[in-house]
Amino acid sequence: MAKGVKPRVKVPKTASAGEMVTLKTLISHKMESGQRKDSDGNKIPRSIINRFTCAFNGKTVVDVEMLPAISTNPYFQFDAVIPEAGEFHFTWYDDDGSVYETKKKVEMA
Amino acid sequence: MEVTRRDTMAIGGAAVISTLIPSISVASTNDLIMGVTGGADAATSGIDLTAPEIAENGNTVPISVDAPGAVAVTILAAGNPLPGVATFNFGDGAGSQSATTRIRLAGTQDVIAVAKMADGSFAAVSKTVKVTIGGCGG
Amino acid sequence: MKLIKIILAMAGLVATPIVTIAGEDSQLTINEEPFVTSVAAPAHLENVDTIYSGWTFRTDETQALQMDDFDNPAFVFIDQAIDTFNTVDGSAGKACVSCHESPEVFKGLRASMPRVNGSGELETIPELVNNCRTERMGAEKWKWSGGKMAGMVGLIGLQSRGMTVDVAINGPASSMWEKGKELYYQRVGQLDMSCSNCHEDNYGNMIRADHLSQGQINGFPTYRLKNAKLNTIHGRFKGCMKNIRATPFKEGSDEFKALELYVASRSNGLMIETPSVRN
Repeated sequence: MAKGVKPRVKVPKTASAGEMVTLKTLISHKMESGQRKDSDGNKIPRSIINRFTCAFNGKTVVDVEMLPAISTNPYFQFDAVIPEAGEFHFTWYDDDGSVYETKKKVEMA
Repeated sequence: MEVTRRDTMAIGGAAVISTLIPSISVASTNDLIMGVTGGADAATSGIDLTAPEIAENGNTVPISVDAPGAVAVTILAAGNPLPGVATFNFGDGAGSQSATTRIRLAGTQDVIAVAKMADGSFAAVSKTVKVTIGGCGG
Repeated sequence: MKLIKIILAMAGLVATPIVTIAGEDSQLTINEEPFVTSVAAPAHLENVDTIYSGWTFRTDETQALQMDDFDNPAFVFIDQAIDTFNTVDGSAGKACVSCHESPEVFKGLRASMPRVNGSGELETIPELVNNCRTERMGAEKWKWSGGKMAGMVGLIGLQSRGMTVDVAINGPASSMWEKGKELYYQRVGQLDMSCSNCHEDNYGNMIRADHLSQGQINGFPTYRLKNAKLNTIHGRFKGCMKNIRATPFKEGSDEFKALELYVASRSNGLMIETPSVRN
């Protein structure tokens, strides 16, 4: 598990049925690209979050394949439709096998 | 004649341009687009890419894509050591086929976005982003 | 003299003679609340009429990152600091929250720091934090510019966001303020430059591809795009000195504390923007 990894997401607490909302997500992660060299000149191996998914009540909103060119502390903003009350499930998959997740409930306005 | 530091700093003008890293074109923009479409032509409309003209820092460059009706959008950086950046796959829960993120650019280059539409066709757009060598901020 | 000319030529220092400020017309709002980013310079500044927040010198895209607390990447480190605030650490079995009800009790603190305490010493926020840790929590000191300290100073500073910088320069602070002022105008290093050469004489100009600011610290700790993390005041002082090829003073040293007091006073009248986003 990479150290100090923490997600931060912006999700509205309430929405009307069928409303479109903008979600903002960030996770603190170094995203070691595999291009940097250490002081001895050896390449520091790649170690990134390689996939991010967001689903609402089990339905996929977005599924992102990520490569090392995504900046440190990966940020994604995108839109979701909220058909009914439910829960967003955000998941980040690390090269090292760890999975980071957070969930946010949305109630009907 | 004594050149003071003040004089040196007053030498103005086009010298700023010379501090831009020259355009890198490791892989051509067209080849990269074909790599995503499998050789098929890509329409030039139907996809928007927002990227700064000059990136304040190549480490963190905010970009946005918008391709209404797309199933997936692939982002590429033609001048990076590895051109692939990300692919956004949009599901039924998406409210739009748009996304914003922050990427790393190794130098001045084309950023490319290729959208795969629901009917199997493609749309592509590219923008040149200038990436500067840092100043005294390190 | 000849050596310096060669070094300057190699460094390729250039600037456009016209003072341009990227965001002069831009209005900073944070979570839709307006922030003042330029005001009349405080009386003690002789060579500057108007002081500008570092925000005004950044590109539109960088400016936008500070305008919403979910766009601002610094906040994930603030969230981590909140977790730390609530976590027991040290032999006394206490967390920050055991004595300080919530981070909100620190509202107003950042706006007047650094300040002289009852014992006549100039104190800064990292010292207050470490004093608590070592003397009241039985915990280990944090490094001045390490991730944990930067996050906590950011969390404390955030409580004063929007408040006006108001640092005392007279009375007991006077001698240290004078020392800081002397340091600000003193040329150092192989490049033989002072803080003022860039930040007073040339703000708004380009140094190579960098848009020079006035070097105000009202937004520190700041998230820099360059290293994608929170940067502290002394950390930046150290970096600047290294850029001039001078041997930097130590973080937490009397010199940097005096300099911090003086530099903070140059922003008296601006609003605290902690945690800001810069290049």
